[in-house]
Amino acid sequence: MADILLQLWGGFLVAFEPLNLMLVLIGCTIGLFIGAMPGLGSVNGVAILLPLTFLVPPTGAIIFLAAIYYGAMYGGAISSIMLGIPGASTAVATTFDGRPLAKEGMADKALTAAAVASFVGGTISVVLFTFFAPPLAHVALFFGAPEEFSLMMLAFATFIGLGGDDIPKTIFSICIGLVLSAVGLDIISGEPRLIFGDIPGFLHGINFLVLAIGIYGIGEMLWTVEENYKAGGASMLSKAVVSVQRTLANLKELLGTWKTAVMGSFLGYFVGILPAAGATPGSLMAYGVARQIARDPQKFGKGSVDGVVAPESANNAASTGSMLPMLTLGIPGSPTTAILLGGMVIWGLEPGPRLFTDHSDFVWGLIASLYAANLFAVIINVAFIPAFIWVLKLPFTLLAPIIFVLCLVGGYAPTQDMHDVWLMLLFGVVGYLMRKLDYPLAPAVLAIVLGPLAEPALRQSLLINNGSFDIFFTRPYSAPIMITALVLLALPLLKPLMRLINGKKAKA
Amino acid sequence: MRKAEFVMAVVMGIFSLYLMWKSAELPIGWIPEEGPGGGAWPFWLSAIMAICCVMILVNWYRRKTPPSQSDEVYMDRGTLIAVGLVAGALTVTIALFYVIGVYGAIPLFMIFYVRFLGRHSWATTAAMATITPVVMFFFFDIALKITLPKGLPIVEETIFYPLYKIFL
Amino acid sequence: MIQTKQKFFGLGVAVGLGVAAVGLPQAAKAAWEPKKPVEFVVMAGKGGGADKAVRLMQSIIAKNKMAPVPFTPVNKPGGTGAEALVYLKGKKGDDHTIMFTLNSFYTTPLRQPGLKVNIEEFTPVMRMAEDTFCLWVNSDRKDINNVDDFVKAAKAKGNGWIMAGTGKASEDNLLTDFLNSAYGLKMKYVPYKGGGKVAKELAGNNADSTVNNPSEQLGFFEAGKTKPLACFTKDRIGLFKDAPTFKELGKDFVYFMQRTVVGAPGMSDDAKAYYKDLFTKVFNSDEWQTYRKKKALQGDALTGDDLMNYWKNERDVHKKMLTKMGAIKG
Repeated sequence: MADILLQLWGGFLVAFEPLNLMLVLIGCTIGLFIGAMPGLGSVNGVAILLPLTFLVPPTGAIIFLAAIYYGAMYGGAISSIMLGIPGASTAVATTFDGRPLAKEGMADKALTAAAVASFVGGTISVVLFTFFAPPLAHVALFFGAPEEFSLMMLAFATFIGLGGDDIPKTIFSICIGLVLSAVGLDIISGEPRLIFGDIPGFLHGINFLVLAIGIYGIGEMLWTVEENYKAGGASMLSKAVVSVQRTLANLKELLGTWKTAVMGSFLGYFVGILPAAGATPGSLMAYGVARQIARDPQKFGKGSVDGVVAPESANNAASTGSMLPMLTLGIPGSPTTAILLGGMVIWGLEPGPRLFTDHSDFVWGLIASLYAANLFAVIINVAFIPAFIWVLKLPFTLLAPIIFVLCLVGGYAPTQDMHDVWLMLLFGVVGYLMRKLDYPLAPAVLAIVLGPLAEPALRQSLLINNGSFDIFFTRPYSAPIMITALVLLALPLLKPLMRLINGKKAKA
Repeated sequence: MRKAEFVMAVVMGIFSLYLMWKSAELPIGWIPEEGPGGGAWPFWLSAIMAICCVMILVNWYRRKTPPSQSDEVYMDRGTLIAVGLVAGALTVTIALFYVIGVYGAIPLFMIFYVRFLGRHSWATTAAMATITPVVMFFFFDIALKITLPKGLPIVEETIFYPLYKIFL
Repeated sequence: MIQTKQKFFGLGVAVGLGVAAVGLPQAAKAAWEPKKPVEFVVMAGKGGGADKAVRLMQSIIAKNKMAPVPFTPVNKPGGTGAEALVYLKGKKGDDHTIMFTLNSFYTTPLRQPGLKVNIEEFTPVMRMAEDTFCLWVNSDRKDINNVDDFVKAAKAKGNGWIMAGTGKASEDNLLTDFLNSAYGLKMKYVPYKGGGKVAKELAGNNADSTVNNPSEQLGFFEAGKTKPLACFTKDRIGLFKDAPTFKELGKDFVYFMQRTVVGAPGMSDDAKAYYKDLFTKVFNSDEWQTYRKKKALQGDALTGDDLMNYWKNERDVHKKMLTKMGAIKG
């Protein structure tokens, strides 16, 4: 313990060198803006700025990239809340309640909640990281395909009941998301599948962002165009106000959500460690759990502050968590950490079990800089809230074309393929038409995120086990996760049954 | 609304069947000692989609869901024009990316939207149509090094080569 | 502008035009330079081995100011390289698009003739390295210390022996098939996404063996979690002195993965000369040489007709292997 504190102190000395501190500050700011752009997330930020870091020494360079990563995680919430477009898959869950809050004129509350929750999540996870890195890395190593699939089942299970009241339409939405996620290459058989009309653009599959920007960006904006027309051109994208008093009141209200934030942080951190998918499943599960344990679950999806706090604390905690397998095992838990890993290799910092002993000054410098990055990011984020609110006050007919342009460019940027821009427009228009008929679309977006993680894991597990399902129940880590998932899935079915039995008893 | 609900369910049902047919290009059954084939996942999920569409139609017939009860018009003339204009403008804008590039198409879109749909002053329109592409150029092409489409080679050669020389 | 001239000057020296010639009009005509950002297509996704190498080269070029424009990596991972190949084919005559290729450069056009990709059309730029392969097992397997032990253990488990690899009909799959037929084994090949993931499956004992590149297993090897049994190389790899080559064990099988820069079909001669020169500089840079050493990469720089002949030869080799495997019809 004393040993760790001493090393951490050494780390702080590295992190607080003026150059490194400045890099953290710049990194957080750049990350914040990149994360706030729909379509651009931490992956793009880190990948694009990788060559820039050659100007500084290795430790500084990695600190800079990690700060961008952190900043982008904070920034992702901004477009989710303000525009309803998740900038990255990690911020999908934030739209569920962040957007309704903004629509009711409480964008400032949602943005503050997101920033503070991110700070709590980030800080708790860095503390966990500081004290429990190596033993947890061991767990991550044994996490194979069966465990991944069980985890995905659990993520789905926490989301039961997310859709609307129309059950066939909800199931339809989940399935279409899963089917679209299967487009591209089937990695098990190595064959291309669902390549409509042999168009090469389908070979890389349908990127989550294309569907998300299509539905939440273009589709949502067309919906607003209609509302705006019906309201005679008077509608605003969000009613928004901001003032010091309001901010203080918001902060005070946030104190009431501390349980959610702590839950989200722990959940996010532990899911983030697992080398499956990084922050996305973590934030989704935290949202699901928060709703399950909330006193007023019906408020979720309609503008619950807890619904913003849970995913935001979790996705930041998970991004710290996903650095653990990267540093200790050399396994990236997310695409962003994969690039960070590449960066480290370029600078001769070979990640792996020996990094902690061979380059302990680097490791501890990085950990200490994460503490600093958190602090800077929350301050910068809160400071910018008035500016964001000001943007929301623009008339709809000025804001709308800007958002449309952001969508078009955001659809192009990740793959740099025009094919995706067309596809996004198509999803937008079809999504708009379906939404008018009460088809819930959030399940489709979730499904396209989780599908590509779940299907290969399922098939790899079965392949390993000669096609038998018992593998999910015989492995020490997989079994409890899978059983929890099945119980959660069965609960909604059991409840009416119980009520039926109890009702009969009461009658009798 | 009722008609639209019916049409959407039928269209999506047909789409589901198409997906099933397309998935069947790869094995959809169970391969012994290996598990499901490459087409199984999308095939059976599409099958569930098709079943859902049938259920939606049943609900439609029994008038159980709000859209199937509603006699409201799905899209009145005004909405169709308002939404259609925007969707059409987006389509034209994307098509123009191939010809005059992002930096030619975006200002045109801005002018159309701000001036003709938004009825803002020409001054506001001009500001929007110039500031947006300039900010985008510096953010994407220069700072992030994400090269946005420039359209036909002639556009890039005459306008952007000098810009690259200065800023890159 | 001044900067561009300086770079131009440096370039003139490098191509051996002679200092005196620089500045004269005809010299200016001879030395072509890219006029817009060069698209550097990667046949794989972000964060993979090829992607990291491309980002390293991009960084080397930017850091040492070797080119007047940035090189921007564009990932086209679809269809085991099919998407990238079709894309580059469509860029015929383009002097500003290059691509970083792997062995899927040969295998994908062979497996998917529908793509109508003929690799002889592409412009050879430079082979930057050849990656090597070894047979790995987890260090917990105290009973397995050489290939004979491995064969005995794998035979005993039949098709319950799990060999993890990077995809169907990929390099790993070819090597697994080779081992199966050479030693009469029935190992089951399970494809995962990416070599890093495969390496981790072995270290976590979720797979029985792998045929990873040394770079992918290096971290675990150094931590004593995994060990190489033998390598598919001509000579022993410096990092693993104790692991014999399969050639020493009487199975003459050498297999490499190319890491090569290729240009769009029909690239102009000026551009060809420019990229050749540029990547020679990248190849000789300290950063690239360090990277090669660290990753146990082999293979010298190869360019022009030599590279084209190498491709043709490798393609024939892969055609034979794929036919044997049943992935394509002879």
